[in-house]
This record gives sequence, C-alpha cells and structure tokens, in this order.
Amino acid sequence: MTIALSKFDEVRLDHVSRDFGTLNALRDVSLTIKRGEFIALLGPSGCGKSTTLNCIAGLLPVTGGSIWLDKSRVDTLRPEERGFGMVFQNYALFPHLNVRQNIGFGLKMRNTPRTEMERKVDEALALVRLQGQEHKLPGQLSGGQQQRVAIARAIVIEPPLVLMDEPLSNLDAKLRLEMRAEIRRIHNELGATTIYVTHDQDEALSLADRIVVLRDGMIRQVGSPKELYESPSHLDVADFMGFRNKLKGTVVSNHGGHAVIDVEGAQFRGLAQGDLPVGSSAFVAIRPDDLMLSESGGNALKATVETIEYRGREFVGTARSAQGADFVFRSHHSVEPGGAIHLTVDGERVLIFADKA
Amino acid sequence: MIRDTTMGAKLWATAVWAVVGFFILNLFAMIGTVIVSSFGTRWLGTWLPAGWTTRWYSSAWAEFQLGDILIVSFQVVGLVVLISGILGVTAAYALARREFPGKRLVMLLFLLPLLIPPITFGIPLATVLYQTGLAGTFWGVVAANLVPTVPFVILVMIPFIEQIDPKIEAAARVFGANTFKLFIHVLLPLLLPGILASLLLVLVRTIAMFELTFLVAGPTSQTLVVALYYAVFAAGVRAVQSIDAMAVIYMATTLVWLLVALRFVNPAQIVTRAKQQPAH
Amino acid sequence: MHSTFQASSQGPSLRQRLAANGLDAVTLLVVPAAFFLVLLFIYPFAFGLVLSFEPKAGTSWLSNYTRFFSDPFLYETIAKTLWLSVPTTLLNLFLAVPIAFRVRLMRNQRVLTAILVLPITLGTVLVAEGLLNYLGPQGWLNRTLMTFGLVDQPLRLLHNYWGVFISLLLTGFPFTFLLTLSYVTGIDPALEQAAATLGANASQRFRHVYLPLLMPGFAITFCLSFVQAFSVFPSAVLLGAPAGPTRVISIAAYQAAFEEYDYSMASAIAMIMGFVQLAIVVAILASRGLFYRGPASGAKG
Repeated sequence: MTIALSKFDEVRLDHVSRDFGTLNALRDVSLTIKRGEFIALLGPSGCGKSTTLNCIAGLLPVTGGSIWLDKSRVDTLRPEERGFGMVFQNYALFPHLNVRQNIGFGLKMRNTPRTEMERKVDEALALVRLQGQEHKLPGQLSGGQQQRVAIARAIVIEPPLVLMDEPLSNLDAKLRLEMRAEIRRIHNELGATTIYVTHDQDEALSLADRIVVLRDGMIRQVGSPKELYESPSHLDVADFMGFRNKLKGTVVSNHGGHAVIDVEGAQFRGLAQGDLPVGSSAFVAIRPDDLMLSESGGNALKATVETIEYRGREFVGTARSAQGADFVFRSHHSVEPGGAIHLTVDGERVLIFADKA
Repeated sequence: MIRDTTMGAKLWATAVWAVVGFFILNLFAMIGTVIVSSFGTRWLGTWLPAGWTTRWYSSAWAEFQLGDILIVSFQVVGLVVLISGILGVTAAYALARREFPGKRLVMLLFLLPLLIPPITFGIPLATVLYQTGLAGTFWGVVAANLVPTVPFVILVMIPFIEQIDPKIEAAARVFGANTFKLFIHVLLPLLLPGILASLLLVLVRTIAMFELTFLVAGPTSQTLVVALYYAVFAAGVRAVQSIDAMAVIYMATTLVWLLVALRFVNPAQIVTRAKQQPAH
Repeated sequence: MHSTFQASSQGPSLRQRLAANGLDAVTLLVVPAAFFLVLLFIYPFAFGLVLSFEPKAGTSWLSNYTRFFSDPFLYETIAKTLWLSVPTTLLNLFLAVPIAFRVRLMRNQRVLTAILVLPITLGTVLVAEGLLNYLGPQGWLNRTLMTFGLVDQPLRLLHNYWGVFISLLLTGFPFTFLLTLSYVTGIDPALEQAAATLGANASQRFRHVYLPLLMPGFAITFCLSFVQAFSVFPSAVLLGAPAGPTRVISIAAYQAAFEEYDYSMASAIAMIMGFVQLAIVVAILASRGLFYRGPASGAKG
C-alpha cells in the first residue's frame, strides 16, 4: 500500500470557541484525538458539530482557543495549507472534471509528478472499488458512486486527518448501510485518523472508536460506543442513546448508587447518575425495550394504552399512567387501545439524572 | 465562501473597492452636475454657479411645453403598462400551463424582441408604420413601445405562474369556477406581487425607452426622453441650464418610479429576467 | 332506458384530441400576444428584408448592399461601431468579474446593486446630457484633475471617441455586472471549499474551478452586452462626432430613413446591422461548445 499517511501522534483542540455575532456556536471545546482513531461528533442539528469540523478544516476561523497537530499550531493556517482531507455532505465534486481528475485534484495542486499521480489515483480507485468509472463525469454517477469519489479524493493526498461531514445523509436507507460498511473497511485498511460528523446514533455507534456528543456548542460526553450506550452521563445524551421515556419527579432517597424517585405517586428505582440530593428534582430515564408488560400486582404500574403500532417484529405503543405520565413501550403481542396494562422495569436498567434545567 | 486574509488579498480587495467607489463617485458627480447647473444663475469657469435660482424650471416648462409632453408621456406609459399587462399575463399563463406543438417556436418569438436591440428592429418597424400612416401618431408610439414590453412581461411572469400549484386551479374548477372566474378570484390575487413587479419594471423601462419612440413619434406624440434628446441636440440655440432643468424633471419622473419599484423588486431582476435561456 | 352518454366506440372528440395535445381554450390565450408580435416584429423584419432588395435607385436588387459596401462613408460604420462596442464590452466584463466576486461576499447587496442599476434606469439620453456637463473642459472632472495636478490641460473628452466610450461604459457596466453576479453566485460554494481543502489557493481556485464553470456564462454575458453596445445611438450623436470617428451604423440607418427618405436603404442597413450582431453572437456561442456546459453544483446524489 503506497498510500501512506503522515506521521503524527495527536490532534488537539484547546478550548476552541466560535461565535457568530452574539451566537455561541462553539463554547470551550477541548478534545484530544490519537492517531488512527475514528471519532464521531454526534448531536442534534445546531449542536455545533459541523462548526467544529469546519473550524478544524479552516473553512471557519476560530474566535477563541487553538487547534494543534502535535506541536504545530494549525488554526492560524489557511485551509489550503493544512492538508486535511475532507468529504462534504453534498460531495462537492467538480462537475467539469471526470472521476480521475476529481480524485487527482489535490495531487495536482501539490505539483505531484505525473507518473506518481497516476499511480496514486489508481490505488485510490481500487480502494473505493471504482475502477472502470474513471472517465465519467460526476453527473453520470449514482449517489453511492459519487460518494466514493469524494472519499477517494480526500484520502489520495495522504492527509494526517480525514474529515467527513454527514457523508451518508443524502443516501437512501439501504445504500447508507452499504456505504457505512465501506467507510469502516477503508478506515481499517488505511488506518487514517478520521473525524466523522453525524446526527444518526446508529452510525456513530457502529463506526466510531470514540463518540463525542455535543449539544448547544458544548461537549456533553466523550466515550466509547459501549460507554455511551450503557452509561450516558447526561439526560440529553441518554435521550440520544435511546432512553425515550423521561419522567420528571422528586428524589425520595439516594444511597449506595441507587435512587428512588417519586413521579406523581408512582415510585421508580434506578441507578443514580451524579449528585441527587433528597427532595431535588430529577429525571427517570427508561428505554422502551426495558419496559415489560406484566400481570398486575407487586410493583407494576397501571397504565392505559393510547396508541399501538405494528412494526413487523414487534409492536410499539404509548400508554398513560393514572398519574398522567406518558410511556413508550414495546410488546410482542398486540394490546387494545384503551385497554389496561401493567408495566414493570428492572431497576438496574433505569437511570436517574439530576434536573439541571 | 472563503475569506482570504493575507496582505495580497487585502490589497486586491481594496483595489476592487476603489474601482467601485470611483465608478459610483463619477456617477453621482455626473448627476450632481446636472442638478446643480439647473439651479444656477450663471456658471462659467468656476466650481459652482455664481448664484442660485429656479427660473430655469419655469422657462424650460414653457419653452419645451413640458406640461403637454408630460401628459403625453404618462398617457403613453400608462397605456403601454396596461396593454402589455393584459397581453403578457394571459400569454404567460398559457405558456406556463400548456405544452403544445410549436411551443418552442412561440417562446423564441417572445424572446427575440428582448435579445435584439430596439434600434435594429425599430428601423424596419418605423418603416412599416410610416407606410401605414400610423407613424407620428400617439397610437403608433404606443404600439412601437409595446413590442419589447409584452415579451418582457411574459418572461417575467412565467416563473411566477409556474410557482402556483396547478392543484389549486384544479380545486377551483372542481368547485365550479370557469376560466374567467379562476383568473379573477384565484390567479390574480396570487400573482399580484409578480404582476406588480413586472409592470413597474415595464414602466421604468418605457419612460427611458428612447430609440423606439424617437423613430416613430411625431411632434405631438413625443415622450419626455425624446424631447430631452432634441433639446440637447439643438443645444447651441438654448441656454444649457434650461436643458438641465428639463433633464432634472426627467430624472425625477424616472427615479420616483424606480424607488417605488425597488420596494417590491430586487434590482438584479431588472436586468436578468431577459436571460432566461431556453437551454434548460 | 336511454343512455345519456355517447358510446365511446366513436373515439374521443376533436376537442378532446386537441386537448390531449395541449391545445384548448387556455392555449388560445397566447394568440393575442403572439399575433401582435408577429404583426409588429416579424412582419416589419420580413417587410424590411424584402424592401432592402427593392432599391430606390439602382440597377439590381442588390444595389443597396453594393452601395453600402462600396461607399467608405457607409461601410466604415461597421468598423467604427465595432471599435466602440467590442473594447467597452470587454472592459466592462473584465471589471465586472472581480467586482462580482467581491460583492457576492457582502451580506447586504441590495443597496449596491440599486446604485449600479441607476444608469440603466436613467437611460442613455440622460447619461449623455450629464456627461456633456461633467466631462466638459470646465466640468468637474477636468477641474478635479487639474487641481490635483494630474493634467495641465483639460482632457478632450467630448465630441470625440472618448465621450462615447465613457458613456458606453457607464450604461453598459450595470447590465454586465448584474448578469456576471448572478452567474458567480450560482456556483455551489462547497466547490471552492473542497478545492481549498485539497490545497488550492485563491488564484488556483479561480483558475481551476471558477473559470471553467463560468466560461459559458461569460460568453452569454458578452453576447448580450455586446449586442446592446453595438446599437449605440443617442450617445454617439450627442457626445461623439457623428460625422467622423463615432459615425456608428445606427446613425447611417437613421440618416437613410429620415434624412434621405430612402426607406429601402435604411432597411438594408438595419439588416446588415442585425447580421453583424448575429454573426458575432453565433461565433461566440459556437466556441462555447468547447467548454463544459453542465450544472455548476457539486452533484448531489
């Protein structure tokens, strides 16, 4: 493999902030990325993930803080001087150049000798499996093919860092899954340090070595996919990781890592995340998968079914308890809207978060 | 867009803005000269006139019969606006909503008068009008000015009409509207901004339209811009200041409508509507 | 029981068949405007063409044309008009491009574009009158230049080539600029960003990305602006030397019609004028075929 990547040890964002007038798009973002890591920046729209990427690429200047590649400062460099590869959301392929010329553009800007350029472009084409399409114009390619050209164009210049801005969001569901596997394969073969922006939790969980969850311009949590999935540290991160039931209540007791919350008369027991003084306001977070339908009795909560949807393998429904709390639950068999059900949940699967609003 | 912040880039930006500034400065100075001159008593060899007066306006008014000319101008412009509106909007509707054999030819027919400059087709047009005795009359002038404005309205209105969901019209028909009622109750209200925009642009262009009126007008059917031309042409005979006063009156009539138009329309549309290419 | 509907075994009626081809009452709405234009645009052209072959005096049906091309006073008008229209159009285009690139970065473009549209709205006659004041030996421009010591004598800018040249720049620039601006802003900004991340600096981005994508637009802009400039008339008379260096072809046509009352000759000159414009436009558009003409976006899936 002659596409070898520049040697460096880490990329560091140091208290980076970015303001648009009075809007704080990024606030005090600090992050260290090791060579070869695949990092996903995950969050809802407006959280600052694309802004972070654009700052790293140099397409937006930072208004505070700095960005480092080992010991060299890069945020003062123009984008054409940083040498990072970037894959854009709508690919941004040059419409007047064919596939070969698109891929070779960065090499041409570096005055790479002809033979070497041809060789590297051939390798990149092989890596993304587009041999045979090289003389076509972007307009003649399908979405998936255009995406591969965009990826090839970014990696052929052997950048220290590859930046991807929601590259799969324009593809249909099936293609998205295929391309996701492709991206992971290319990363494994090449070992390139990659920063990948997405709002899709599944993508982040399946692709990344580490996930950075952002909200309102700030980092909420950084961790491996497993850590984030099982132990989200904030309510909004939990929300992102599938804890769709969030019930607000008051802390009744808290010791030994477990807390009990009173939600309008119903009591829930779960794992305490953070500081939860008795009497304070808190949220109970439960995954729909963890809510089980049971026979009445014991600690089961009575609820009335409001809606039920057939999803093929299972049913997903909403229900409302006597106290007025709303739940999303799953079930293997149908239940009648308006019917009464009993819900239980294993306390070890419930997370309790302090109400920091 | 990427903002370059090197010294070279900043110098280049300054140079570009300097050219723009120079252009605008000269433009305003040129307009200013005319205004200042029209209000001056005598102006020879000094930066500003010796004194100030408004008598040139009254003398120009009388000498050039500006009252009559203004009336004729507004009549011409008014009729051109009205007729091109009616002809143009209806034709635009047909072109926006129907595909028919020969449509490309018809579109070409409507595109040509906008691409070919007025004087090129004005001379043959004037010849025909002279042969048929329409030249030199009020209606001849109106007819000549309609040639570029009808296509203009059509080309501006077609995108506006295409924006209206045909299902709205279908709904109106389902509930009993015939074509006339459809126009009055559904289309006209929805199209009003577009119609207003295009008619204002027609108005502004017709006030300034020189060549067509010049070739076709007679002594009683001149518009203000043509009268101004003749005044400047024969400038040796008259005081420059009264010609300038007339020019200021002309500017005022144009600028008033330009300002009204700018409230509704992006200035770029005044120019780029003619560029809708058939090469979709 | 009677059926209230005709059996469809007769096939669709004429009306239905026409409607299927797009011809119904609505289509007829296009007729008044089309008829009007055929009457007042196509017919005069055809009439003029035929008339040009019926010379007032002369031996053959080509007399007008031979007379035009053998009389230097007449055929030189083509060269003089080109000598005015081509440089001003090129200069306007070269100025418009960098200015358009700057202006597209501005947030509030309306004020600037409104100011630049002013010369178009005022029209060529007013601009001519204004320049007669402004560019005169005692006018503000010469005064300023002399005050700053840039010239010793006032510049002779009136009643010669330069007056008309300046007037063409003033009235032509806004149109050229606005067209160029619309082409420039039509290019997907992500393309420039992609090129930058791949190492292209500003001039490389212009050369390798913008220029190829803008060439077709520039060709069209040149054609439209050139055609306007080629038909220059009132400025050539008022600001220039209509008997000499600025005797443009429209003046020749006008004189034939309204001073010599030779409508046949005037039509011939108008035809020649149209033909020259057409030839140049066709030449430019044909060379456009050498450039990329597709969409100027980054090709989304």
